[in-house]
Amino acid sequence: MASRSLLTSEQAWVRYALTTFALLFLLVFLLVPLVSVFWEALSKGWELYAAALTEYEAWQAIKLTLIAAAISVPLNLVFGVAAAWAIARFEFRGKSLLTTLIDLPFSVSPVVAGLMYVLLFGSHGWLGNWLSAHDIQIIFAVPGIVLATVFVTFPFVARELIPLMQAQGQDEEQAAIVLGASGFAAFWHVTLPNIKWGLLYGVILTNARAMGEFGAVSVVSGHIRGETNTIPLHVEILYNEYNFVGAFACASILAMLALVTLAIKTVIEWRIERQHEASLVRTQQARAALV
Amino acid sequence: MTFLAKRYSVLPGFGVSLGYAIFWLGLIVLLPLAALILKSSELGWGPFWETVSAPRVVASLQLSFGTAALAALINCVMGFLVAWVLVRYRFPGKRFVDALVDLPFALPTAVAGIALTTIYAPNGWLGQYLEPLGLKVAFTPTGIVIALIFVSLPFVVRTVQPVLEDLEGELEEAATCLGADRWQIFRRVIFPATLPALMTGSAMAFARATGEFGSVIFIAGNIPLVSEIAPLIIISKLEQYDYLGATAVAVVMLMLSFSVLFAINLLQWWTSRRHGMK
Repeated sequence: MASRSLLTSEQAWVRYALTTFALLFLLVFLLVPLVSVFWEALSKGWELYAAALTEYEAWQAIKLTLIAAAISVPLNLVFGVAAAWAIARFEFRGKSLLTTLIDLPFSVSPVVAGLMYVLLFGSHGWLGNWLSAHDIQIIFAVPGIVLATVFVTFPFVARELIPLMQAQGQDEEQAAIVLGASGFAAFWHVTLPNIKWGLLYGVILTNARAMGEFGAVSVVSGHIRGETNTIPLHVEILYNEYNFVGAFACASILAMLALVTLAIKTVIEWRIERQHEASLVRTQQARAALV
Repeated sequence: MTFLAKRYSVLPGFGVSLGYAIFWLGLIVLLPLAALILKSSELGWGPFWETVSAPRVVASLQLSFGTAALAALINCVMGFLVAWVLVRYRFPGKRFVDALVDLPFALPTAVAGIALTTIYAPNGWLGQYLEPLGLKVAFTPTGIVIALIFVSLPFVVRTVQPVLEDLEGELEEAATCLGADRWQIFRRVIFPATLPALMTGSAMAFARATGEFGSVIFIAGNIPLVSEIAPLIIISKLEQYDYLGATAVAVVMLMLSFSVLFAINLLQWWTSRRHGMK
């Protein structure tokens, strides 16, 4: 907003006052908690920090978190692309209902989400007898953790892709099909390059939430140490045992994950901006060539 | 799936993509939701009412929705201010601040919870200065509000920000030429245009805050009737194998948050229509 003229902006003291107030608010509410995680983790020195992270149970928690994210993120990626293709490329009955239902998991409390899976797959649940007869365990085991994670991260990729693909329109894909490309070739060579940054954006948001989910996973995990504890659950256990260095050390891994997520997100936003500008320039050049 | 299609399209993959999307939605969202509702119908009306009208449950629902409403209201003001400053003013480190706003989306809630508790504890960085003033934050409802402000702030900022960016400068110039001062322009030109986005953002913040668990559980202190949130009631009922009780509370939470979302959607639709007609 560099070009905003003096007439349509506020007086200098108003600008400074508002900026200072907003920045102070962000400092106290966002930056201080973030810094405190690393501060507390390192408060007793590097040795204790390293010891807390190399402990067996911490390692198991890290492994389980990575496994759960590695399964649930691709599942939601495939769903997001399929849903966005159907919604952004076709007109059909019940489209707005489908869009609303995709957003539904956002307004369900994670704890309620966990409870729903317990009612479905738990030992007293609807499928409990059948599952135990076939010796399949879902609740208090890895599959339950994955299901709960898939639920809470369900809308992210689809929500990112639908508006993007709607804005881009389908002219390019139609041209590819008319020129004889197969449906898959059109998707792979035309759609995917256009949506790759949006897709990546959705994936990193999904991943951040998947690795950090607490409420839903806490209900279905059973908190078996070294077996069904993810990093956030391990943080809770250490914290409740007054092992603050251990809790904040594990928390600092998640905080670093958050920082990496924010960094990638910023780069992607910058890329999308540039891609958008480049396509504007291309359109203008095409118009100029026609004239 | 062809019977659903309204118009012929040369693009392939309609049946496959829609079919898969509906299958996955059914499996992950609708089936578990149906299980919850079926389970609650097992209870019957009398016991259901008895469970959800117990003083501890009522207090927890009031607390969850009350603190969420207060946090949404504070974020409505502060989120708007942050978006305003980010869009309109220049200051050093703006890119960093802009990225920082998304921190609550990226930082796991349990991490936020233990960090906020440590800061606001009586011997914490901020708690030690608030305590002598008679302000207890950690282990009280005030702490819950602080945690909810943290988790729901980006919803307001990120919905208002693009609308402020797209506002046309010409309108403000015209208003200035016609003799309006800055405050009048803000009230009559800028604010009405951003109101629908502000309401959507606040509604999303509210919806997120009502069900929040991870960040709240550490700072709340969890004292029954005082600082025990509704999701915690569900968990403690589950730990006592009271599945029906947990289901009853969950159904009430779901109904409350869906009806609030529905009401706000209506309100937003009404505002945008009124604004569009002017």
